[in-house]
Formats: sequence, structure tokens, C-alpha cells
Amino acid sequence: MSPLTQKSQDLGQAPGYAPGRTLPLRVEILRQFKRRRTLVMFGLLLALPWLLVVAFQLGPQRGDQGSLRLSDLATQGGLNFAAFALSVSASFLLVVAVALFCGDTVASEASWSSLRYLLAAPVPRSRLLRQKLIVALGYSAAAVTVLPLMALLAGTLAFGWHDIRVPGTGELIPAADVLPKFAVVIGYALVSQLVVASLAFLLSVGTDSPLGAVGGAVGLVIVSSILQAVEALGSLREFLPTFWNAAWLDALAPQPDYSGMIKGVAVSVTYSVILIALAFRRFRRKDVVS
Amino acid sequence: MRLPDGRRPLAALVALVLLGAGVLAWALWPSPPPVRGQDVAIPVMDGPAGDQRVTLDAAFFPPASGGAAPAVLLAHGFGGSKEDMRSSAARLAERGYAVLTWSARGFGRSTGQIALNSPDYEVKDVRQLVDWLAKRPEVRLDATGDPRVGVAGGSYGGAIALMTAAYDGRIDAIVPQITWHDLADALFPDATGQGPLNGVFKKMWAGIFFGSGGGAFASGRGLPEIAAADPGAGGGARVPTAEQVRCGRFLPEICDMYQEVAETGRATQAAIDLLRRSSPISVPGKIKIPTLLIQGQRDSLFPLSHADANARAIAATGAPVEVAWLSGGHDGGDGEPDWVFDRTAGWFDRWLKGDGEPGGAAEAGAFTVSRDGGRDPGTRQRVLVHTVADRYPGLSGTDPATVTISGPDQPVANPPGGSPPSISSVPGFGGLLGGLGGSVSAALDMPGQAAVFESAPLTAPLQVTGGPTVRIRVYGEGEATLFAKLYDSSGGAPAVLPSGLVAPLRVTATEAGTPVTVTLPAIDRRFDAEHRLRVVVSTTDLAYATPAAPAVYRIGLDSPDLTLPRDTALAAPRTGPAWWVWALPLAAVTVAAALLLAGRAGTQARARDGRRTDLAEVPLVISGLGKRYRNGEKAVDGLSFRVDKGQVLGLLGPNGAGKTTTMRMLMGLILPDEGEIRIFGDRVVPGAPVLSRLGSFVEGPGFLPHLTGRANLEFYWRATGRPAQDAHLEEALEIAGLGAALDRAVRTYSQGMRQRLAIAQAMLGLPDLLVLDEPANGLDPPQIAEMRKVLRAYAEHGRTVIVSSHLLAEVEQTCSHVVVMHRGRLVSAGPVGDLLGAARAANGSGPRLEDVFLDLIGESR
Repeated sequence: MSPLTQKSQDLGQAPGYAPGRTLPLRVEILRQFKRRRTLVMFGLLLALPWLLVVAFQLGPQRGDQGSLRLSDLATQGGLNFAAFALSVSASFLLVVAVALFCGDTVASEASWSSLRYLLAAPVPRSRLLRQKLIVALGYSAAAVTVLPLMALLAGTLAFGWHDIRVPGTGELIPAADVLPKFAVVIGYALVSQLVVASLAFLLSVGTDSPLGAVGGAVGLVIVSSILQAVEALGSLREFLPTFWNAAWLDALAPQPDYSGMIKGVAVSVTYSVILIALAFRRFRRKDVVS
Repeated sequence: MRLPDGRRPLAALVALVLLGAGVLAWALWPSPPPVRGQDVAIPVMDGPAGDQRVTLDAAFFPPASGGAAPAVLLAHGFGGSKEDMRSSAARLAERGYAVLTWSARGFGRSTGQIALNSPDYEVKDVRQLVDWLAKRPEVRLDATGDPRVGVAGGSYGGAIALMTAAYDGRIDAIVPQITWHDLADALFPDATGQGPLNGVFKKMWAGIFFGSGGGAFASGRGLPEIAAADPGAGGGARVPTAEQVRCGRFLPEICDMYQEVAETGRATQAAIDLLRRSSPISVPGKIKIPTLLIQGQRDSLFPLSHADANARAIAATGAPVEVAWLSGGHDGGDGEPDWVFDRTAGWFDRWLKGDGEPGGAAEAGAFTVSRDGGRDPGTRQRVLVHTVADRYPGLSGTDPATVTISGPDQPVANPPGGSPPSISSVPGFGGLLGGLGGSVSAALDMPGQAAVFESAPLTAPLQVTGGPTVRIRVYGEGEATLFAKLYDSSGGAPAVLPSGLVAPLRVTATEAGTPVTVTLPAIDRRFDAEHRLRVVVSTTDLAYATPAAPAVYRIGLDSPDLTLPRDTALAAPRTGPAWWVWALPLAAVTVAAALLLAGRAGTQARARDGRRTDLAEVPLVISGLGKRYRNGEKAVDGLSFRVDKGQVLGLLGPNGAGKTTTMRMLMGLILPDEGEIRIFGDRVVPGAPVLSRLGSFVEGPGFLPHLTGRANLEFYWRATGRPAQDAHLEEALEIAGLGAALDRAVRTYSQGMRQRLAIAQAMLGLPDLLVLDEPANGLDPPQIAEMRKVLRAYAEHGRTVIVSSHLLAEVEQTCSHVVVMHRGRLVSAGPVGDLLGAARAANGSGPRLEDVFLDLIGESR
């Protein structure tokens, strides 16, 4: 034992220990993946498009050609269906999913008391947060991506591969043109959920109640969506974290308008960077008592 | 300590909500009470001879700024009254204008009869209102009897603005909105340019126009009862007279004229003369003052061509003219009242007050067109953008495009009785049928009644601004009444008739075909690529009077060229990406960096404290350690002791003695307020590398409940990042003694099983210093005995063990040394034997640690 100990006296650490090797991403992914709530959430996200397909198939067929709402156009084809699925889930289901993955990650370790053993291992605090944030964002990204992709698959199998019909004007855009835009849409949906993710993460660092962190982040989204409906607030609304969440619809228009999405990215990044910095600052000096 | 910490995010959330509520309250806080108008009755004399006495019901709003301010006359629309103008008047008064609004003769509570803005009646009335203003001390005067005054109003009120400006040189600026240039042309339009005598009767709009003025048409706009308002006409009788139901409050000669033309559907020269007396067309060159013309795109009553004619007439005098095309109009749609108000007030600011320099922010440009601006990203409601050009080019645009249309000569039938008619717009109900922005169209053509000519799909989008022209030929015999319209036809969706506008024409058909050039309604519309332009010529239209006699004509194209005016200068105001799109994230990154760096300075200063090489072989040295609870009470106070290699140290103390707090500080979980802890000479800070030589089990086990016992230990070891062979996993698992249960999820374990697994986890990697907090909890006696052996054996290899316990016997049997704590302070430290020996010397009885302990902490037995 002593030769090894001697060799490692430099940093005073145990043999083989290096701060940069602690809590590898692979380990954290596996630790989170086997959790029931992870599996249930992904199961739900994967099943939802099929549920919608069944709902559209069972519901009374409406041959209303004049109606050009997104919901009425959902059966036009796989792309229309995927856009519909994203629009109905982005405002709440995906918010909950993202809040769950990011809000639960540190708080649940605290509630299981495993957090103190990780910190005493020791996993340096900033590294623990970094690894957990990366994995939580990875799961969130997977959640946001998997739903439209599954909807694309389900919609294509159920309604065929057709050009996309734009809500409102009823114009057709060739599927090949829209596919890259669809990637932009999913990317934007990811970025716009960053605020929820970072707020949930900040709350997660501050509490040992996972539900509190998830609920707090979802609560903020609800408050923000209520405020953005108040037109009297005028341009102040542009700085609400959820204001631009539906701006991705502009990318599917015949003349895509990215200005709203750019603003949305700016607002989202602004909030997220500050919230995440706060999370790191807070956790670095925090007394871990749970 | 724990509760306030957990509540902090909640507090932050509450703060956020409060902030939101505050912003909301600020935005919704009622503004100061609006300026109150004074109701006044102003007697005027009018009529051709100036001998008819009329009392105008008016309201005067003094300027909020006080002093003598420019005046504004606000005129209401047809069928309305001064009540409609109250809110606008109050807002203008707040902006520093003396505002007078009144009910025109024949409307509201004013007496007299409707003369359609005749120079003999309404114009004379308004001139006397200007006289009245000139006598008010609140009104700024240009000269004695000549106030600084502007006139604004919509529709009927817009026409009186124009007419007054023509007849009264004292008016300084006007803003006529959605109004006419030639009332005869508005009611009898002809798209071939042959004038109202040849025009097609716009029967539905005319009916609404004259009906609402008659009072019989209950418009719901708060028209007071005729009898109460006009004692001269009815003498207070509740039952209207025959004359009243025939003509309402119209002047008899106007009533007679309308009854005649409505019956025949053809204009007479007398009717045209009468209508033109009330129209700016009759006063060319007389309007020489700055004029802002605001006209509606969705307006089949007074289409854009009327504003165009007014603009040309006024601009010919050299007076400044600006033109704006609203999204809405008489057919509904978005009337943009706020924007209209701002533009109107801005116009008066510029020309009455003299501030607001031309081309400044207050000025939008000589030509403004409201276009669809997509959707508001927050509410997903459609929004408008105002595109602007420096020059108003007229209806033929700056840069016409030509698109080729084609189609064979097609027979069209005029159905007997003109029914069923095609539908373009339904006057008076446009707001119900048409969607905002005109993207939805209620247009309908009857089969057999319409000839269709279509272009190839457009290769590029085409923005049309103005009145397109097309040349057609009409074959047949007799006089044909036709309606030409330009559709936007896309592949799937029904074709759209922009703004629901049609161009009516009356043409004498010949067997050889009569060529006519048709000017289609002026529009502003973007025809997208892949869309087709479709010209339709039909024989009927719901809104117009059409002949009852059945007939068949043939319609063909005289020229395949469809000329489409454009105005390429029109552009949305350059907003560019908002400055904050870049500034906000940059600021956020700066703030974030500051947050992180400011926090780091503290920890790094601590970590840089040098290593004490003289203590490199000493497992643990605690000196002067102190930690306060949040409430200021000390949990640990001035604690100092030292643990040497090979010791099994018992940390003894009653509940609340500070044992667990000390152990947490030992693990780097909480930061000491004072003093320090050194493990092998290295100071303990959160995440200090030396902690890797520490194995710990403090305050209960911590496992991921969904993983098996084995997976928990494996993942824990992998989380330390150390080589797998250093873990000595099998030895640790042996100590845990869980057997087959190792491969079950931890959530199924009993308390004792978790305890054993946690001790095994602490021993992973055989750490040089092992810290166990109440290890015997939940173990049965044989396991406790086994545990003792394990711990003593562990220390024999030169390693060190610290055990905290409240079980005195446990410490006595397991430990070589003991530290006794009470209320956060060190009470005693030393080998267990010394402590017992000292106790024996004191009272001479059996050496029991319990007695010693109670002595030490000062409790009586």
C-alpha cells in the first residue's frame, strides 16, 4: 500500500484518483436510464403519436376542405401530423418532460442521500453539476426529438408521405423542401426548452424535493404563458421566457420568417446562461445537509 | 438550517411571480381620468339662402395642456353621432388640442335634415363651428376670426373634412378617412371609365347608406328616435308619418333622387349633379392644404380609387398629400383604430403644431400600406406591418408587370331576374364573412354565368399594388352588365378574391365583339409563386343591380396581357434584428461569468492554503473547528483533536453534541465557519482530492433505489473514476454479507441490509481513513460482534477508523481511543483505557464508560 501512497502524495489523493475522471457521462446516463420515471416518460412520448393516430382514425371523418387549421390538416400526411403532434405537445408535455429530467437530477440524489457520497468520493462539485447537466440536457433533447420523429413515422405509416399543407393558407410545400426545415424546428424546440431546463436545474440544486424542482419550473411556464396573453403588457411580453415558444411555426410557412425564432433563441439563451451560472455558484458554496 | 435552504427556490419563485404581477399592475393601472368634454348646443344658420336655423349638438374638449392650442374638428360617420367621437376627442385633447365634435345636421340630437355634406347645408354649418372655435380662449388663432384648425373624420365625416377644406380657407390640415371623391361614381361605378351615367347601381350599399340615414334602418349604433330629436319633423308623435317612413331625416330632394335611381337602377344627370355637389370632384383645385388620406383596402363602398382621385386633385395644387391604405374598410376587417389615431395625431402635430419634423420618427412616409405581417409569436394572432414608400405612385404603380392570361371565348348567361347572383362581398356584413387580412374569401361564381381566363403558374411571387387592367371583348347584342374580378388561385384551396372587390361595367355588346379596357379594383396583394392569376367576368353580383331580362353573351380576351401595377419602393420599415438579440445573450454571458468568478475567489483562496507536510502521516487533525447554525447557535465550537494511524477512535456524545456536523465537515459537505480539518496534512474543502483516501458512512445509507445492491456499489466506484481493480469489491461485499439479495433492487432491502451495504460502500478501495456514523444501528448482535472484529482488523493494517456512536458499550469494546463531545465542544480525548483509569481513581468503583461519560457531560446519575 505504502509505495502507492507515496506515489500519490503529490495531490494527496488516493492512487488512481483524478478529479477529471470522476462521474463519467456513461455512468451517469446508466444511473438515470434505469429509473422508472425515465422509462415511463419515454414510453409516453413514443406512444403519444400512435394514440393520436388512433384518435384521428376513430374520430368521425370530416371532409371539410375549407378548414385550414393545423389540427384539421394533421391527417394530410406524415409531415403535417408531426407538426401537429409537436404543436400540441410543445406547450406542456415536453415542458414537463424537460423539467422532469433537469429538475429531478440533483434533487433526487439529495433525497436518496446518495449525493453526499458522490461528493465525498470526491466528485468535485462543479464537475458533478456539469456531468449531471449534460446528461439531463441530453435526456431532454432526446425527449424533444423523439416525439416529432415518432410522430413523423406514425403519421407517415398512417396517412402517407405527402407534401406539407400550410395551416391558414392551405398552400402545399414539397416534402423535400420541408425536411431540413423540420430539423430547424426540432432544434428550435430544443433551444426554447432551455429556459425550463435551466430553471428546473437551478431549483434542483436548491432543494432535495424532486417534485418541488419539477413543479417550480412547470409553474413558471404556466405563469409566463398567462402573462403573455395579456396584450396590455405590449412589447414587454417579448422578454417572457415562453413568448417565442411557438415561433417555430414561422419556419414552416411558405416564406419562412426566422426573426421571431432568432429573438426566441436570444431570450432563451439569456435566461438559461444566467440560471445555470446561478446554479453552479449556489452549489459550489452550498452546505449539503440532506 | 435545512428548511430555509429548501425554501430558497420557492422564495425566488414567489419573488418572480410578484415581479410579474407588479409589471402587470403597472401596465394595467388606470390612466388619469380622461379629459371631460363640455356639451354645447351651437345654433347655426344654413340653407341656400342662409335662413334655416339648426341647432347642432356638439361637445368641446379643452386642451389638457391649457393655454391656447390648435383646434381639431372631429366628424362622425354616416348613421353615427358625436358620441362615437368622444374617446378620440378626449385623447386628442390630452395631446394638447382643443377638440370640437358635433352631430351633423340630421343625426343624433342635432336638428335639421341630412343633405349629404352639401355646400349649402353641412359645409355652412361647419364654417360656423369654425367661427365658434375662433371665439374660444382655448383656441390658438392665426388671425382674428381664423383659428388654427384641422378636420378629421371617417366616411361621411371624411367627406365633410374635404368639403369644408374646399369652402373655408381657414382650415389648416385635414385627415379624411375611408371617404369618397365622387359620390355619384361610388354609387354608380363603371370600370371602363365612362362615368356614373353609364355606371352599375351599387344597390346594397346604397340601400344601407340611405336606409341608415333614414332612421328606419335600425343600425344599432344608438340612433335616437326621430321624434325626440327632431321636433320639427314629427311634433312628438310616436307613430311616424308617411313622409317619415319614406324619407326619414333626409332632405326631401335627396330622398326623391334616391327613390328614383333606386327604382330604375340607372343614374340620371340630375342625380349625378346632386351627388357631385356633395363631392370633392366638384371643387377641383380648391383644397390646398396638407391632407392625409386614409383609405380602406376592404372597402367596396368607397374603394381605393376614391382616395387616389382625391390625392391627385389635392397634390395638383401643390399641397402636401400622403396616402395610407388600411387593412380594413367599410367591408370589415381590421380598421386599425389605434394606428389611425396615431397617424392622424401625428399629421396634426406636424401641420398644426409645427413640431414633428418631416421624415422624422413621427412620419411614416408619403405612402403607407398595411400588409399581413404573419402572426404574433405570443398570441398567434395575425398582425399587420405597415410598409412605407417615400412617394405615392397612384394606382398604376411605378413598375407594372405583365402576365399573360389565356382562355377561349366563353358564353355567359344573365339569368332571368338576375338570380341567383354571384357573390363577391356582402355589404354591411363583410366583417362577418371576411377573415382578418383578407386571406379567406366568401366569393362565389354561379356556373354558366362566368367566363374564366387564367395565367400559367407564377414562377416568382408577385406583389401587386394598384389597379390591374385587362382588355376583353364582349360579343352579343344589347347592353351587357358585367363584373370583372381578379382571383388568386392556388392549387388546392379555393381561389381567393382579394378584399372581395369587383369591377362592374356596362358595355354594349356587338356581334363583332366590343373591345373594352377594364380597370380592376385597386388592391395590395402578394400573389405567391406557383399560384395562378384568374380573371373572371360574370353577369351577376349580389351587391349590384343587374338587368332582369335573360340574355347570353360571349366573353373573350382582346389582349392576353394582364397589366399589374407594382410599387417596388414599398418596404416594411427597416427594423433589422432587434439590438437586444445580440446584446442580451452577451450581457447574460458576462453576468454569468461574473457570478461564477466572484464565487470562485473564495474557495480558491481556501484551497491554496499550503499542505502541512509534517502532518502527511497523520490521518486527521482538527483544530479550532466551529460551525454555526443559521440561527447563530453554535453546532460545533472550538473543536480540536488529532487521530493517529492505527487508531480506532470512538466519537462519543449525546444527540446534538455536533458529531454528525463534524463528520459532514470532515467529508467536505459543509464548510466550517472557523478552524480547519486536515486529512493527511491536506486541508478539507469541498471536492478536495484527499477525500479520495476517506471512506465514509454518515447519517444513513444513500443508494439509488431502482438499482441492485451490486450495481449501486459498481456505479459508485465507477463514479470515483478510479481503476476497477482498486475497488476490492468482493472483500467489501463479503463484509456486507447480503448474499443473493445483492442482485435485488435496493428499494426491497431492509434497514439493516442497507446499513451493511453502506458500510461496504465506505470500505470500497480500502481507504486509509474510514469514518462510520452509528455503524451498529440496525444490526443484530452477531453482526455487531462481526463488525467489531472487522473494524479492529481494518485498523491493524495501519489504517485508521473513526466510529461515532451513542452506544457506550459499543465504543468501549471496539475503540482504542475516544473523543467525548458535548454541545459542540470537546469534553475529553484520549485512549479508552486512560479515560477508564481516571474514572476509577476518582470514585473507586467499576470502570464503566457510561459513568465516566455522564460525569464528563455533567449529567447527574
